[in-house]
Amino acid sequence: MAVTGVLLVLFLVVHMLGNLKIFVGAAAFDHYAHWLRDLGSPLLPHTWYLWIQRAVLTFAVVGHIWAATSLALRAKAARPVKYAHRAKVQGSYAARTMRWGGVIILLFVIYHILDLTTGNLNPVADKAHPYANVVADFAPGRWYVTLFYTLAILSIGFHLRHGIFSALRTLGQQTEKGQRRNRAIALGVAVVLCAGYLSVPFAVLTGLVS
Amino acid sequence: MSLYTEGEPIRDTKAPDGPIETRWERRRFSAKLVNPANKRKMTVIVVGTGLAGGSAAATLGELGYHVKSYCYQDSPRRAHSIAAQGGINAAKNYRNDGDSVYRLFYDTVKGGDFRARESNVHRLAEVSVNIIDQAVAQGVPFAREYGGLLDTRSFGGTQVSRTFYARGQTGQQLLLGAYQALERQIAAGNVEMNARHEMLELIIVDGRARGIVVRDLVTGEITTEFADAVVLASGGYGNVFFLSTNAKGCNVTATWRAHRKGALFANPCYTQIHPTCIPQSGDHQSKLTLMSESLRNDGRVWVPKRAEDCGKPAADIPEDDRDYYLERIYPAFGNLVPRDIASRAAKNVCDEGRGVGPGGLGVYLDFADAIKRLGRPAVEAKYGNLFEMYERITGEDPYQVPMRIYPAVHYTMGGLWVDYDLQSTIPGLFVIGEANFSDHGANRLGASALMQGLADGYFVLPNTIGDYLATGSFEKVDAGHPAAIEARQQVEGRIAKLLSIKGDRTVDSFHRELGHIMWEYCGMERTEAGLTKAIELIRNLRDEFWQRVRVLGDGEGLNQALERAGRVADFFELAELMCIDALHREESCGGHFRAESQTPDGEAQRDDERFSYVAAWEYAGTGEPPVLRKEDLNFEYVHPSQRSYK
Amino acid sequence: MNLTLRVWRQKGPQDKGRMVSYQVTDVSPDMSFLEMLDMLNERLTLEGEEPVAFDHDCREGICGACSMVINGTAHGPQKLTTTCQLHMRTFSDGDTIDIEPWRAKAFPVIKDLVVNRGAFDKIIQAGGFISAPTGSAPEAHSTPVPKADADEAFDAATCIACGACVAACPNGSGMLFTAAKITHLGLLPQGQPERDSRVVNMLAAHDEAGFGGCTNAGECTAVCPKGIPLTTIGRLNRDFIKASGKR
Repeated sequence: MAVTGVLLVLFLVVHMLGNLKIFVGAAAFDHYAHWLRDLGSPLLPHTWYLWIQRAVLTFAVVGHIWAATSLALRAKAARPVKYAHRAKVQGSYAARTMRWGGVIILLFVIYHILDLTTGNLNPVADKAHPYANVVADFAPGRWYVTLFYTLAILSIGFHLRHGIFSALRTLGQQTEKGQRRNRAIALGVAVVLCAGYLSVPFAVLTGLVS
Repeated sequence: MSLYTEGEPIRDTKAPDGPIETRWERRRFSAKLVNPANKRKMTVIVVGTGLAGGSAAATLGELGYHVKSYCYQDSPRRAHSIAAQGGINAAKNYRNDGDSVYRLFYDTVKGGDFRARESNVHRLAEVSVNIIDQAVAQGVPFAREYGGLLDTRSFGGTQVSRTFYARGQTGQQLLLGAYQALERQIAAGNVEMNARHEMLELIIVDGRARGIVVRDLVTGEITTEFADAVVLASGGYGNVFFLSTNAKGCNVTATWRAHRKGALFANPCYTQIHPTCIPQSGDHQSKLTLMSESLRNDGRVWVPKRAEDCGKPAADIPEDDRDYYLERIYPAFGNLVPRDIASRAAKNVCDEGRGVGPGGLGVYLDFADAIKRLGRPAVEAKYGNLFEMYERITGEDPYQVPMRIYPAVHYTMGGLWVDYDLQSTIPGLFVIGEANFSDHGANRLGASALMQGLADGYFVLPNTIGDYLATGSFEKVDAGHPAAIEARQQVEGRIAKLLSIKGDRTVDSFHRELGHIMWEYCGMERTEAGLTKAIELIRNLRDEFWQRVRVLGDGEGLNQALERAGRVADFFELAELMCIDALHREESCGGHFRAESQTPDGEAQRDDERFSYVAAWEYAGTGEPPVLRKEDLNFEYVHPSQRSYK
Repeated sequence: MNLTLRVWRQKGPQDKGRMVSYQVTDVSPDMSFLEMLDMLNERLTLEGEEPVAFDHDCREGICGACSMVINGTAHGPQKLTTTCQLHMRTFSDGDTIDIEPWRAKAFPVIKDLVVNRGAFDKIIQAGGFISAPTGSAPEAHSTPVPKADADEAFDAATCIACGACVAACPNGSGMLFTAAKITHLGLLPQGQPERDSRVVNMLAAHDEAGFGGCTNAGECTAVCPKGIPLTTIGRLNRDFIKASGKR
């Protein structure tokens, strides 16, 4: 759970940095997208690097889901009779929403790939010009896409807030001081990533990027 | 008919004489040993898993015996030793303050008001140092100094700092050490653990203790269990008072059943009343909670001078109208007088109508001066957890209003009579820890209970039991043996009887009433008239119990009311013996205060001429007066003197 | 105070069990929660209904026997407090209070509110000890222990094995209990020789007993009457990673 989670968090950071290129301009953004496909060349042939990364990510996602599912199944088996009085959450809500949050995120990721990678669900679907795809996606008329995107990103934020803290704990973080630091890091990363990801659609929505 | 008859004196034949320093060593050498190959074939039953029983079962398992261990709790770790707060004494002399084995021996004999055996107490002081080593090796997290060495404090009025402690949870940490050693032996297959099992009868074959009858508290199944020797480590009987600092489940059944089968019961009237407990808040009270005696180091004890001020809030009573009675009566020791003296003084002022709080049963323990002198942060650092505990229970903030305290039954020094080997008068029946009578005389010093329990379990019993087992092996016994069948039928008959009465009063209502009688007439102060009356009241109430008690359900499966009913039935019988013992001992000593025997200024007056003996009582049959067997006490090293704390 | 109680009644391990309502009247705010149940039981006995079975013993918060989920919270609403130390002044007149046993596969119900917590003993048997047979101990002062380590070990050692951590955990995990013992013994020099085998064996016993896995949700430490910190689980994890690396 922790190891795959860490891989996915690293990916999210890089992905966000890439997204922010949109503020530099259409050419820069498109150039970045194309560059990704040539990364590693001439050592690696065209798009090989990207496929390797996709394979690693797929492995991480599958591993993450597999671990989460087995934990959930174990949890279900460990408490065959439920409480009649629903438990009051005393720890953190972020921790208690990991499983449903994870499902929402998975659905979003599928949509997101169909939208901006394969283009099946994108109104423009011009593979050569991703900038245009993004701008079309978050056009004011398609407010529901932006809304869904926002909700998904917020779920990711919640997921990260507990996930990063939990991963560090699983990897052996063991002091009170470290715990306070890790909670701060988890919250910080979650907020920064949310802000970074949300800046793009809202920039399009408000016309800052067009 | 007289209340008791007198029989032949009894003598401890096992203790070596000669120089006291080498008695234990000589006894170990003279004791026969069991061949390691034979140990595996020997079974020992241990009842109880507190400090004494847990440490004994673990150690016997390590030695190679096959051990069967029983406790009524759901886990051996929950035995009531866990609640001991203060600490454990050991003559390590780490402070270089003049302590020694001999001084611990001396203090314990004197503290016991010269009613304990010198040989036993000296041995206890000797092995005290090994206990600390053992506990540290097991990972017991004792308090430490910044240099990494063990911290000690002075406790219970001693002048040397010999008490090792683990915050206010010393009993818990020591018990977990013994429990973990026990679990290790369970995993190794040397100890067979039976939690939620209660011993209800002893099985004697050819004059030897060979087994017990137990009830599985979960299934209700009654079985007979056999061994080559039986060890009782079932604790004290303070719950005869209903309200005490004991756990709710603490009971006398194991030792009482053994007593009925022939084991002598020694000094049952010696009861320790602890002065600093949280007072009762009403009739619903189910138990009392102790607060560490250390509070008396900084708190000042007082009551209003005039009874009419008792209803007022403490803050409205001016300094001049307060009676700091301990400081007034005992200027030298003040608030730090020993437990029995502080307890009785509190009772006296309450009897005068000057008690405070519900029912007028409480005195103030005031920290206002300490807070003024040391500042609130310093008081918080020292006593913060105790203040919190007090507030949780009473809902009052002791930083704002003085605490209320009142004495409560805490420990029982009496128990089954044992010789130097800790063997009772029934061959093969050993008794250790609070369940025996051996080391504390008429009064136990603070931080000595943990020491005695662990000394018996880790170091004494494992060395002495071999001398008995080496005389085996004994004839094989099984459930079909007539003695086993008879014991089992006795148990089944009693259970059937309790369930069949179907009366109109609950078990607790009887227990509560019995407790009232005991506290009133056999508590802090006892008189001839009171004790005589108590015996009559107890007998009547016991008859009523067997006519009117109501226990629902059946013997199959978990039935907590049935468990309690059996225990209370035994408490009735014990209560009567306690009163007879208290009545016959026409002197005051340690925890036993007879109003007829006091100095002109109201202090306990011993009568060494007539009472320098252990009163060991023999059961003579239902309805028959018990037989008193005296064991004379001789003091070769510590010469009896009158205690004085003025 | 007058209250409505809804109590889990279950005749035995095989019985299905259900919540049953009782009215209790004239409850004093000074009563402890268990004294309030004592009062109910006295009345039930006289009315001919079997009293409610519940585990309790020392009633001063240290033995770890009492074990009730009160209104969805293990040991009830007061922090750092066992059920036996909870007092009725925490509640108000007219309240409805739901009382249930610990719910976990590893803690099967025996009767009413009484569960079997033997699984905890099994975890200790697997390695929650330091092997030091009686008589083999060196002089206590031969190994100084830094005070900070001794204090932290003590904090972990205060666990009373009540099982509230399991009851509260959304995963039904016993990790806080296991970690507390690993931390206590792992911080002391005496505990080093068995440190690796201890964590591996205790975790195996934990999983074997049917407890769920830990997701660091933190519900356990929130209800723990002794305030065992979540950081102990980090120590367990670190010890486990180290021990696994050595195998």
